[in-house]
Amino acid sequence: MTGLSIEALTIRRGPAPPLVSLSVTIPPGRVLTVMGPSGSGKSTLLAAILGVLPEGFAMTGRVRLDGADLTALPPHRRGIGILFQDDLLFPHLSVGDNLAFALPPALRGAARRAAVETALVEAELPGLADRDPATLSGGQRARVALMRVLLARPRAVLLDEPFSRLDAGLRLRFRAQVLGRLAAAGLPAILVTHDPADAAAAGGPIVDPQGRPLG
Amino acid sequence: MSLAGRLGRAAPLIAVGLPIAAGLAGMAGPILTAPPGAPRLADWPGLVPSVWLSVRTGVVAGLVSLGLTVLLLAALATGRGLGWLRRMLSPLLALPHAAAALGLAFLIAPSGWVARMLSPWATGWTAPPDALILNDPGGWSLIAGLVAKEVPFLLLMGLAALPQTRAAQAGLLAAALGYGRIWGFLLTVWPAVWPQLRLPMAAVLAYGMTTVDMGRILGPGLPPPLGVQVVVWAMQPDPVWHVPAAEGAALLMALVALVLGVLRLAEALPARAGRALARAGWRGAGAEGALRGLAVAAGGTLGVTMAAAMAGLAVWSVAGPWRFPQAWPQALSLAHWARALPELAEATRATVAIAVLSTAAALALALGWLAAGGGRQGRAMAALVYLPLILPQPVFLPGLQVLALRAGLDGSLLAVAAVHLVFVLPYVILSLAGPWAAWDDRLAMAAAGLGAGPARVFWRLRLPMLLAPLATAAAVGVAVSVAQYLPTLLIGAGRIATLTTEAVALSSGQNRRLIGIWAGVQAVLPAATFALAMALPAAVWRNRRGMRP
Repeated sequence: MTGLSIEALTIRRGPAPPLVSLSVTIPPGRVLTVMGPSGSGKSTLLAAILGVLPEGFAMTGRVRLDGADLTALPPHRRGIGILFQDDLLFPHLSVGDNLAFALPPALRGAARRAAVETALVEAELPGLADRDPATLSGGQRARVALMRVLLARPRAVLLDEPFSRLDAGLRLRFRAQVLGRLAAAGLPAILVTHDPADAAAAGGPIVDPQGRPLG
Repeated sequence: MSLAGRLGRAAPLIAVGLPIAAGLAGMAGPILTAPPGAPRLADWPGLVPSVWLSVRTGVVAGLVSLGLTVLLLAALATGRGLGWLRRMLSPLLALPHAAAALGLAFLIAPSGWVARMLSPWATGWTAPPDALILNDPGGWSLIAGLVAKEVPFLLLMGLAALPQTRAAQAGLLAAALGYGRIWGFLLTVWPAVWPQLRLPMAAVLAYGMTTVDMGRILGPGLPPPLGVQVVVWAMQPDPVWHVPAAEGAALLMALVALVLGVLRLAEALPARAGRALARAGWRGAGAEGALRGLAVAAGGTLGVTMAAAMAGLAVWSVAGPWRFPQAWPQALSLAHWARALPELAEATRATVAIAVLSTAAALALALGWLAAGGGRQGRAMAALVYLPLILPQPVFLPGLQVLALRAGLDGSLLAVAAVHLVFVLPYVILSLAGPWAAWDDRLAMAAAGLGAGPARVFWRLRLPMLLAPLATAAAVGVAVSVAQYLPTLLIGAGRIATLTTEAVALSSGQNRRLIGIWAGVQAVLPAATFALAMALPAAVWRNRRGMRP
C-alpha cells in the first residue's frame, strides 16, 4: 500500500463537533487539495499529520505513509516535509547551509557540497551557497525553500498556502515548479489553499476539512 | 513528561526554593530557641522609629518612582523619544545600587559637587556647611537614591509591556477624540500596562523598604532602617544577637507583605477615578502642558543627576588636592589608582568569577526551564521562580548564613555564587522569556519536516537565533550579580571581597578618592558587559541581514 493514507482521522477541541473528519488515500504523485474558510481546521489537519498538534486538541484515527503507521512517531521521524506561506529560511544560516541542513548526515565532505551545489543549480541560483538568504528576492527564497524540502528526501509533502505571499506572475511560475517536482518525484501531497486556481492546477480531488468533496 | 523535561522544570525551582526555604528555617530557629536573657527586638529603643523610617522611605520612593515612570511613559510612549529612552536606560539599569548611591552622595554631600558649584558666590560658604544632607534623619537622600535607581527599572518593564497594549493606536484614537497625549495615555493605555508592572512594582517596594547597601550609604544612622539594623545584629559574633536579627527579619517580611497587600487593595481607587473621568469625558486640555513640563523636568533631572554622579566618581578617583569651595581639583593624579591596583585586581577577579559562575548557571537553568515549557506552567510555579524579586534579602539571608556557617559552606566562592544565582536567575528568566516565546514555532516544524529532532532544532536553530537576547540576558545576569552586596557579605563571611562589598565598606570612611576608584570600577564592569552584549551579536551576524533587530 503506497501513498499517504488518512484513516478515519477526527480532531476535536472540547465537546463541539469535530473540526476535522477525514478518510482519504493520496497515491504517489497526486495532490489532495483542502479548502475552507479561516479557522475551519485546515492548519490543524496539517499539524496532526506532521505530529505537532497543540495541547487541547484530541485526535482519533491514524495516518499511514507507504503502509507504515506514523501516528506514534515524533515529527522528525515521519518523513513528511512542509512548505509554509513564508519561506522560513533559517536567517542565521547561509543559503548553502540552509540546504545542507536538510541533507542526511551520512552524506559527507565533497558529496555533501556537491549535493548542495546541484540543488542550487536546480533552484536557478548557481554559486550562491555563501549568500545571506535575506539578500535574495522573494521568488529566489521560495525556490530555496522548495529545494530544502526535497533534499531531505521526504516521502510526502504538505503545502500550507505556499503560493499566497507571492505576487501574480511569480506565483504561477513557482506553483508550476512545486507541482512539477512533486509529480516527478512521485510524492503524495496535501495542498491547503484559499485560491480555486491553485486547486485546479493541482489537479487532484478537492475537499473541506470535514472530507466533503468541493468539486 | 520526559525525565529531561521534569528536570528542566524542577531545577530552577530547587535552585531558588532551597536557599529560600533554608533561609526562612534559619530565621525561625533563633526565635523558637531563644535562650532566656537574650536581647529581644522589642527591647530595642529604636524599633518604632526604625520601622516607620523603613516603611516611609520604601513607600514614598516606590510611589514617586511609579509616578515618574507613568509620566515618562505617557510622554514618550507614542513619540519618537522611545528609541532614545531605551538607549538611555540600559546603562542606568546596569548601574549597581551601591555605585549609584555613592555617586549621589558625592553630589549632594555638604562638601559635594553641588555645594562646591554654588559656593561661595551663592551660599557664602567657605567651609562645608555643618548640615546632615547625606544620611539625613528624614531619609530623603535615601529616597532620592532609590528613585534614581528604580525609575529606569520600572520604565524598562513598562516599555516591555507596551507592544502588547497597542499604545500607538490607542494614543492616536484618543488624540482623534480630542484627548491630550499624556491624559489620553493614562485613560486608554495605562490600565493595560499596569498588570504587567505589578510584579516589578512589588519588587521596587520590597527593595526600598529593606535595602541594606543603599541604606548604609544614604540612609540615617540613629536609628538606621530596620533592614540595616537586622544585618548589624546578624553580623555580631555572639549568637544571642541572632535572636533580634531573626525577629527583625520576620517583622520586615510582615511589613513588606502588609504594604504589598495594601497596594493591591488601593490600586482600585485610581482605577475608579480614571473610569469616572473617562465617563465624564474630561479631555485634560489644561493639564497637558503642565504634565508634559513635569515629565521633561523629571526625566532631565534624573538623567543629569546620574551623569553628574558618575562623573563625580571618576573625577574624585583621579583628584589630587581638592579644597572646599573649588569645583575642580587643583591637580589630577593616578597615584591612588596605582596604590589600589593590587587589591582592586583581586576583588575584580572575585567579582567576575562569581558573576560568570552564577550567570552561566542561570542561563543553563533558564533555557532548560523554558525548553521544558516552564514559561507556560501554572502561576504558582512561575511565582516561585520570581519570589526572590519580592522576598527581601535581609529576611532570609541571615538565616541562610547561620546554616551555611554550621555546614561549613560559608566563605567559599561557590557558595556565594550559588546564593547569587537565587537573585540572578529570576532576572535572566524575565529577560529571556519574551524573546523565547516570540521565536517562530513554524521554524521548528519546518526543521522537523527536514528530519531534525528537538536537540538539533535547539542547538542549531533556536539557540543561535536567540544569540542577541541570550547576550542581553547574560549581561543582565552579570549586572545583577555584580550589584549584590548582602549575599556576598553574609555568605562570604567576610572572606570574599568583591568590588561591591569593598565599595560599601569604604563608604563609611572619608577617603573619597578610594571610594571613587572602587565605586567607579563597580559601575564600569556591568556597563562594559552590556556594551559587549550588544557588540557580540552584531559582530557574529554582521553578514546576516535577517538577524538584525
